[in-house]
Amino acid sequence: MDPKLDLLYRLADDQLILGHRNSEWNGLGPILEEDIAFSSMAQDKLGHSLQLYMLLHELGEAEPDTVAFTRNTPQFHCCQLTELPIGEYDFSLIRHFLFDHAELLRFEALADSSYEPLALVARKVKGELKYHVLHANTWVKRLGTATEEAITRMQAALEFTLPYALGIFETTEAEPEIISSGLFIGEMELQRRWEESISKVLAQTALTLPDLRLLTPVSGGRYGQHTEHLQPLLDEMAEVFRLDPTADW
Amino acid sequence: MPTTEAQILDWLQAVTDPEIPTISLVDLGVIREVRLEEDGGVYVRLTPTFAGCPAMDYMRRDVETTLKAHGIPRVTTEISLRDPWTSDMVTDRGREGLRRHGLATPPKLNGGLLDLDILEYAECPRCHTTNTELRTPFGATLCRAVHYCNDCRQIFEQFKPI
Repeated sequence: MDPKLDLLYRLADDQLILGHRNSEWNGLGPILEEDIAFSSMAQDKLGHSLQLYMLLHELGEAEPDTVAFTRNTPQFHCCQLTELPIGEYDFSLIRHFLFDHAELLRFEALADSSYEPLALVARKVKGELKYHVLHANTWVKRLGTATEEAITRMQAALEFTLPYALGIFETTEAEPEIISSGLFIGEMELQRRWEESISKVLAQTALTLPDLRLLTPVSGGRYGQHTEHLQPLLDEMAEVFRLDPTADW
Repeated sequence: MPTTEAQILDWLQAVTDPEIPTISLVDLGVIREVRLEEDGGVYVRLTPTFAGCPAMDYMRRDVETTLKAHGIPRVTTEISLRDPWTSDMVTDRGREGLRRHGLATPPKLNGGLLDLDILEYAECPRCHTTNTELRTPFGATLCRAVHYCNDCRQIFEQFKPI
């Protein structure tokens, strides 16, 4: 695949799928502020995915709605981390923390991309992502220093989620060209920055970051290999569009 | 009298934010450029406050309707990230409009990076104290954060700095 398309599909699909998952907290948040926070982040992420699907459309791909709503599991390039069900709040919070730290660093780097239309989108998106990271850090610090139950649950969620989080950085065949053409700094450099970034926050809590080199990343998402959870999500997300592609809702 | 760009900006003062009727899109900084075309048409470039803002289509439609009501035959609007919005683009009149709607104004960033510490100590729009705290960076819309005033013991909203 063309390196630009390859990169854009991965970025856009991550945003769309995690955005959809975040929206599932609408009405279910443990407190009202968290209900609103996850719903707002969902709206931000859908907005970001739209900007990226519009870039794909400019490069000759189908309309954003068609791309978002008519593909099936094997055509999606999101990492598996984004598609897992929301589970308990501790899991959703840790996923948000691990994903958005990577996302902020990713879009900060993309602001200098040699592909100017993407750099423009990144300059916009990175400012908004600061709020996502601020939110994640606040709650990870609060719960990671709270009661024994909170700390135990957060630690268990961290250990469960980390192998999936490492799948964010799975590379494709296009990686060498993505780096050499200045499109992006590359996943390996991003992962290095991410480890530094999450370590700083976790160091302020009672949580322990396991040795990441001993973990096996859950990969495959970038190549269209997904968990059984993605297709039901796609079916639900596309339900109205598939009934009537011209419907306004 | 020939129409000027200043005249068009003046007309556009009537187009307000769909959710905050006390601020115009011009004063919010969402309208980035107005250009008279040779054929008498007008081009207007808008930029969203937040990329996922669901109100952009309404803003676009309101701009077109308003200018057509003033006899502009052809209005072209474009939504672009070329000149991305920051909260510093809100004019002084716009900041006054936010306050009239009961919203705290975003602190000036002056081209600097958003330092998250400045989110604390927003000025309460009711009693003007800065003895306040950030409750959550996410509010009723993407562009608002929720704070608590320790003096009047009330929740208030702030238009977010970005």
